[in-house]
Amino acid sequence: TPCRRLCTFKKEAKLVSKRETMEAERSEEVKLLGTWASPFSRRIEIALTLKGVPYEFSEQDLTNKSSLLLQLNPVHKMIPVLVHNGKPISESLVILEYIDDTWQNNPILPQDPYEKAMARFWAKFVDEQIYVTAMKGVGKIGEERDAAVEATRDLLKLLEKELVGKDFLGGKSLGLVDIVATLVAVWLMRSEEIVGVKVVPVEIFPEIHRWVKNLLEVDVIKKCIPPEDEHLSYIKARMDRLKIKSVQ
Amino acid sequence: DYLTDRTLKKFNRKFMGEREEVKLLGTWYSPVVARAKIALRLKSVDYDYFEEDLFGSKSELLLKSNPVHKKVPVLIHNNKPIMESLNIVEYIDETWSASGPSILPSHPYDRAQARFWSAYVDDKWFPTFIAATITTSEDAGAKGMEEVGEGLLLLEDAFVSISKGKSFFGGETIGFMDICLGSFLVILKARERVNRETILDESKTPSLCKWADEFLSDDTVKNVVPEIDKVAKFIGEFEAKPQSAGSRS
Repeated sequence: TPCRRLCTFKKEAKLVSKRETMEAERSEEVKLLGTWASPFSRRIEIALTLKGVPYEFSEQDLTNKSSLLLQLNPVHKMIPVLVHNGKPISESLVILEYIDDTWQNNPILPQDPYEKAMARFWAKFVDEQIYVTAMKGVGKIGEERDAAVEATRDLLKLLEKELVGKDFLGGKSLGLVDIVATLVAVWLMRSEEIVGVKVVPVEIFPEIHRWVKNLLEVDVIKKCIPPEDEHLSYIKARMDRLKIKSVQ
Repeated sequence: DYLTDRTLKKFNRKFMGEREEVKLLGTWYSPVVARAKIALRLKSVDYDYFEEDLFGSKSELLLKSNPVHKKVPVLIHNNKPIMESLNIVEYIDETWSASGPSILPSHPYDRAQARFWSAYVDDKWFPTFIAATITTSEDAGAKGMEEVGEGLLLLEDAFVSISKGKSFFGGETIGFMDICLGSFLVILKARERVNRETILDESKTPSLCKWADEFLSDDTVKNVVPEIDKVAKFIGEFEAKPQSAGSRS
């Protein structure tokens, strides 16, 4: 029944220790619930680091979700969740806008309303089109994988066009789309090594390669992307798990 | 006289911005197009509206303005196209900030709440609603509608906590979340008529029901959203077509 789900939220909320609740409510404290490899979680880390905001990172186990996570994000039960002044904010793009609204140094979004609208459009495009389509190929083999690769490439071509002559997408310095897309691009390119398929070959996507290469030189990005070796092992393990799942 | 008129025009151009050319591409039945119209209305912005035939051939202007998705609404302001309804609403709020009420709240946390819940409506709730109403499988339909109901309970709680006793999510006046969820009320009520069932239930979500009435009767909304009966008729005709039956399930 509809009521049952709400009651479960309340029950789960009670399981959170009083100490945890008090810690979360300490004013000005910024806490980020995330996972070390997630591009959605890392993008928040980039934003906070760019703005010089100290934060406490809480690694979450998504196979066994903590009662804190369930209390702070009862609707989606997903990471990342930012807690600031005891109040939780969920959904990575919402969090990024919140961070930009709250800490105004090193803005992530352009000032101009039109540029802002474009930045928001491309950030969503990366998340909802490119990432989602690319994910459809993960753990798949043969025709299914090839179809996903093809579809991802078609979307990447639109981004490629947008990047001609630009160092950053949507402004004169590191911004929302750059942050969002670098992590997705890094994940894609590292996955290529494991999957053995060039999803983003440099011959077809010279602009994307140039742009990502530039961004990887930026200090805050260098600091915040997952370390390569560990990331490769992680991606491989995840893909193996998914392959086993899809064959069963 | 002539001099005063010229001076006045110059004054207007200087302080009201460049000659504002605002075009909106849309369809009469689309709830997300209504969002743009409501926002423009809230800010008293004059615009030219172009009806698109999405089932026929899309206009050149649409294809040129939104080459990526080829969808409506598209707002074209001084020849610059803005796509995606919520982006358009934020753009309108930011561009004509001196006119009318603020659409987004001013406090960062309240803004985050408005964005979170509108993302929930667009990415979770409404797609569930559409899937539940177009499926031919009775089981899937029933399960889907149950999820829609659960979602409405969440939105009821959100409304109560965000509105703090006022009429709208935005407080005294219509705000971002009102526009986002409110734009779907017509199609929801049209579906209630077509299926002869209650979806927005006063016994389960009393505050939301009251809000729905307030929203739909608001001056900025009532002549802008399509009529419920017209949409109900449109749904009925659309679903009666033989080719649409094959695309369902």
